[in-house]
Amino acid sequence: MRNPVLNIRNVTKHFGAVKALTNVSFSLSRGEIHALCGENGAGKSTLMNIIAGVLQPDEGEIVLEGKTVKIGSPAAAQSLGLGLVHQEIALCPDASVAENIFMATTSRQRSLLMNYRKLEREAQDVMNRLAPIDVRRKVGDLPISSQQLVEIAKALTLDCRVLIFDEPTAALTEAETRILFEIIRGLKTNGISIIYISHRMAEIFDLCDRVTVLRDGHHVSTEPVADLKPDDVVRLMVGREITQLYPPKQPAGERSHEVVLSVRALGDDHRFDCVNIELMKGEILGIGGLIGSGRTEIAEGICGLRPITSGEILIHGEPQAIRNYADAVNAGLVYLSEDRKGSGVFLDLSIAQNISVLNLDALTGRLGLIDAGAEATLASDFARKLNIRMGSVDAPVSSLSGGNQQKVAIAKQLAVQPKVIVMDEPTRGIDVGAKSEIHTLLRELASSGIGIIVISSELPELLGLCDRVIVIREGTVAGELDAEAMSEEAVIRLASGVNAQNLQNRLASEDAA
Amino acid sequence: MLAETMGTTAVRAPSWKRLGSMREAGLVAIILALCIAMSFASPHFLTLGNFRAMLMSFSVEGIVVVGMTILLIVGGIDLAVGSVVCFAMVLSGSLFLAGLDPWSASLIGILASALIGAVMGFFVTVVGLNHFITSLAGMVIVRGLCLIITKGTPLSLFTLPPAFKAVGQGSFHGLPYVIIIFVAVVVLFDFLLRRATALRKVFYTGSNEKAALYSGIRTNYVKFWVTVLCSTLAGFAGVIYMSRFGAATPTFGVGMELNIIAAAVIGGASLNGGSGTILGAILGIALLSVVTSSLVLLNVSVYWQDMIKGCILLGAVSIDHFLHKRKAS
Repeated sequence: MRNPVLNIRNVTKHFGAVKALTNVSFSLSRGEIHALCGENGAGKSTLMNIIAGVLQPDEGEIVLEGKTVKIGSPAAAQSLGLGLVHQEIALCPDASVAENIFMATTSRQRSLLMNYRKLEREAQDVMNRLAPIDVRRKVGDLPISSQQLVEIAKALTLDCRVLIFDEPTAALTEAETRILFEIIRGLKTNGISIIYISHRMAEIFDLCDRVTVLRDGHHVSTEPVADLKPDDVVRLMVGREITQLYPPKQPAGERSHEVVLSVRALGDDHRFDCVNIELMKGEILGIGGLIGSGRTEIAEGICGLRPITSGEILIHGEPQAIRNYADAVNAGLVYLSEDRKGSGVFLDLSIAQNISVLNLDALTGRLGLIDAGAEATLASDFARKLNIRMGSVDAPVSSLSGGNQQKVAIAKQLAVQPKVIVMDEPTRGIDVGAKSEIHTLLRELASSGIGIIVISSELPELLGLCDRVIVIREGTVAGELDAEAMSEEAVIRLASGVNAQNLQNRLASEDAA
Repeated sequence: MLAETMGTTAVRAPSWKRLGSMREAGLVAIILALCIAMSFASPHFLTLGNFRAMLMSFSVEGIVVVGMTILLIVGGIDLAVGSVVCFAMVLSGSLFLAGLDPWSASLIGILASALIGAVMGFFVTVVGLNHFITSLAGMVIVRGLCLIITKGTPLSLFTLPPAFKAVGQGSFHGLPYVIIIFVAVVVLFDFLLRRATALRKVFYTGSNEKAALYSGIRTNYVKFWVTVLCSTLAGFAGVIYMSRFGAATPTFGVGMELNIIAAAVIGGASLNGGSGTILGAILGIALLSVVTSSLVLLNVSVYWQDMIKGCILLGAVSIDHFLHKRKAS
């Protein structure tokens, strides 16, 4: 084995009671491109943030070129030659490209005045290696893919020994991806070591030398890419026992063929196109896909929260004109946001006031006044039905636990007696007990005849809860999985396009033959 | 077992408990304590005349506080209220001097104030500026209008008919009409804010605009009309001032907005929107008024008064912030 540049030894990290990393070791050789894989929540980001100085490990040590180091801050990481290209773009939108590229180096510089001409010239040189973007332009005016390239250019100026790329191609076109790969290979020949995080098997197998798989905060394996197939990596990522118990699914014989919701050729000219979905009465339909695949946008499009440009939406066979969310609610279609605190509940208002928000018209009597008694009764009824643990319906929602807040958000939707509920990440950030209560609740609602669509990044939830799963990739339906075909591997394959890759390979070999 | 019972019996808290937990109770206690202390310190404090004077002094401002509180709840703010009070006053006054009857002149003054609110509402909701900047510009522009209308000189309105002057100066069985109007406005809006569907949407919008939008509430529509309401109430107050003083000065109401915002904030309105009550805001302005009256009776120099009021505001908001933080953790 070549001598490692970076050695992570037995690192453990807790967040409160949650163990994000358990005894993880990882080593990076000089001039190597090392892929890091794992599902959402496997611990990739935690590990990278430890290397980049954003987080401190609870146990374990980091050895850089034979010396044990302590990386106390991002600035310390940079001065040690460890650079991170963030997945979420971390640039100043009001500053120019040049200023952004040299943000880290200017903060270290001791001179009083900035030499803008020199700065712009050097920035342009770096930028030109990636794409001809004028460095005098404001970052905020650039499209996302160009911003991602600026983020990469910024990392290239840091003179790093180790560079971490966290899903750098998520926002890039294929041509830009190819240029990036050339640059990464160039860095490799200059002896720089790369950690490459990606969900896309094709990229990993195209670019990387070795691959390390993390699962549930544990190191699973590190192998040369040449010894593996994409399917093997997927299996290593998943290979977990499903320990959580889910409510029983619809028995196969009793499935209804009555269509509640039908989405036909829905598109918005931007994030999704030609989406077809059919939801049957009494079923829970799962929607899977990677973050950024367009799952949430499609849900927002169906519910009138995002303008659509093509396609139609039918409820019980009736075409619906949904221009805004109020139209959707009137049509019996409600949406529960993935961002509970940001757009789901009103934290400083009371439980009763939260539950009644969609239903105000029904509670309003003559003179435009709210019937306070009826409002309290409505809230009490739902609190009992959903087992919301609280003091009184007048208490603010902020006084409840996450799981109970989510129940309030669900009660809010149920108060208008919807025909279809679309839930984005219904159990994100909720503890296990409350989670299974919400799962049971959703199953009961489905059995009572309400159509339910659940979007989830958690594969066990998607597979354990749903009767059928649709997987979204790049803004369209990549495939549908029914009862027997449903497995974590199948979902990951569809979501990351492994099948398409196989197909391409096959076509390529046929061409060659 | 206990948890089970608690989870399934979802009832409203008893009304005395809700009353006790209110911030208003604390303010009442502070005001009472101050009054008791003052009654020992000054023989003139605990007299009917002094109480009537205090009540009169904040009644008209109190009408403006009502509008400001509702605007703060929606997450806005209006720095132009002092200017708008003055604008309604000088516009109605000059229309009266031009020969219009005072009632029609007042109605036009109030409607013109509403129009100013509508213009500011337009800039906030359609153009997308924030309330602070929009109303800061509004404050200066409307003050300019006052100076243009009056050419900078006070209007003398001693020819106002007695029936109109009675609104601001007269009383009903010893109770001034101003106080009756003030109490009516407060009771009406306090009730509406607790019960009216339209005003409930103000809370939703101010508490979490995105969630309100996701609940099908047209938040821009709500913000527009609340901005109009605040200016309209300011205009209404301006007309009452005109009746009360029998004069209209183009510099009247300079700095009034700060007193009004301070009162609403002391009364529990949050500058982040989503919370506040009319009763609390009125108690806030009552507290400021009692303090002012006390300082006068104690012969404290008028130069000290603003500073002391500022310290009270800072103290009240700090205590609130501290209590909130503790509750959150």
